[in-house]
Amino acid sequence: MSDTPNKIVLKDVHKRFGKKVVLDGLNLEVPRGKSLVVIGGSGTGKSVMLKCVLGLIKPDSGQILVDGQDATRFDNGEREDMLRKFGMLFQGSALFDSLKVWENVAFGLIQGRGLDRKDAKAIALEKLGQVGLGAEVGELSPSELSGGMQKRVALARAIAAEPEIIFFDEPTTGLDPIMSDVINDLIKSCVQKLGATTLSITHDMASARKIADYIAMIYKGRIIWQGPAAEVDRSGNDYVDQFIHGRAEGPIKMEVLKP
Amino acid sequence: MNPLAIVGRVFLNFLTAVGRVALFTFEGVRHIFLPPFYFRLLVRQMMTIGYFSLPVVGLTALFTGMVLALQIFIGAGRFNAESAVASIVVLGITRELGPVLGGLMVAGRVASAMAAEIGTMRVTEQIDALTTLSTNPFKYLVTPRLLAATLSLPVLVLVADIIGVMGGYLIATHKLGFNAGTYLKNTIDFLQTLDVVSGLVKAAVFGFIIALMGCYHGFHSRGGAQGVGKATTDAVVSASILILVANYFVTELFFAGK
Repeated sequence: MSDTPNKIVLKDVHKRFGKKVVLDGLNLEVPRGKSLVVIGGSGTGKSVMLKCVLGLIKPDSGQILVDGQDATRFDNGEREDMLRKFGMLFQGSALFDSLKVWENVAFGLIQGRGLDRKDAKAIALEKLGQVGLGAEVGELSPSELSGGMQKRVALARAIAAEPEIIFFDEPTTGLDPIMSDVINDLIKSCVQKLGATTLSITHDMASARKIADYIAMIYKGRIIWQGPAAEVDRSGNDYVDQFIHGRAEGPIKMEVLKP
Repeated sequence: MNPLAIVGRVFLNFLTAVGRVALFTFEGVRHIFLPPFYFRLLVRQMMTIGYFSLPVVGLTALFTGMVLALQIFIGAGRFNAESAVASIVVLGITRELGPVLGGLMVAGRVASAMAAEIGTMRVTEQIDALTTLSTNPFKYLVTPRLLAATLSLPVLVLVADIIGVMGGYLIATHKLGFNAGTYLKNTIDFLQTLDVVSGLVKAAVFGFIIALMGCYHGFHSRGGAQGVGKATTDAVVSASILILVANYFVTELFFAGK
């Protein structure tokens, strides 16, 4: 099962909330050991897509294959086993504010893998070092950190258990351009070190260009283009062109209420 | 809209809510018996729910006992039955006022805090983060709170019972002219084990209700700060109402036919 060329495959995935169709027959393939970045505007279904793969949201129909196994049919135990392969960096970092920074990073190791607190702390401090944070930061509370530092801690937490697959949900949102680039560099170096498969979603093109091997564009719940990152500028797709150049005029119409 | 359709929708929404709470309760209870067990979290929650609620519950019990002694003295005086003050105070406190007022005070203090904490975790994706870190959020967040509240409330109410009775004693002996020894004798002679036990069983039920409502509303909160605010209010209101309803049924269970 593990020798499939694609680590994750989404086949004809549908999801609607009430009358609102969010995923409308989405198909996507994430190649093993590569970095795929899904770009798209707000409300196009990017986050729902990630949450469907993780089992946080149940799709209405379709298949989600992880290492060739259909994750939509997993029971709770199988899903917990599957999630051991995953690390995730959340848009707002999602650090546990009742725990110290090192406990956040070590959380998956202690609770998920049953590691001893002392050993988990050593690993957590090592991972904090990998993202450029000293051991003294480990004793702080997340609320004492800046947004950029919180993102770094969240990255350290995502890679702490050395997962096979890492998801990045808007990794640079809310950061200044320099800090965004620092985070992009860290993502790149950490992922290369682990050899992990990554799926990221973003609307930050600078970030997408930096961390992607492949880029896909989502629009109205479907993937409308997918190809190597280097080819995104000559995709020949009007939607992609409009998005990557950030033009108001084009086939993508923003649903803005006129005054 | 058709009035019948409105009634139907309200009824269906009610049934949906009842179903959700029932499933939530089932999951919460089921996970109490399934490993892994988070003892560290359990102890922390018992401290938060039990120990840190002592001042507010203690003060409530003290003044309730004091007021009760005064009121009963006035009421009983009309029938020349002032000697009943001690026994009515102790029965009133242990059977009803200790668990109910204690439960309501803890509902205000703890259910709101639980709903706010878990609700904030929900809207900031911390609960999703737990799942991705191979931790069952239900087991990690809900089960320790349910267990801690169910175990802590009886202890808290037992202390409240003692403080409440002491409040009545202080007023009776210092203000109403009762003899201290006689008052204490009357307090103990008329008290039966079942009076205390039924109050403690009520406290356990109320503790479960408080944690259940706090966790349920927090877990299902949506829509940022406003959603968390609503969850907090809903948790306190629903916990308080359910405590009053459950109080009747537990009372009937213990005292039917007596």
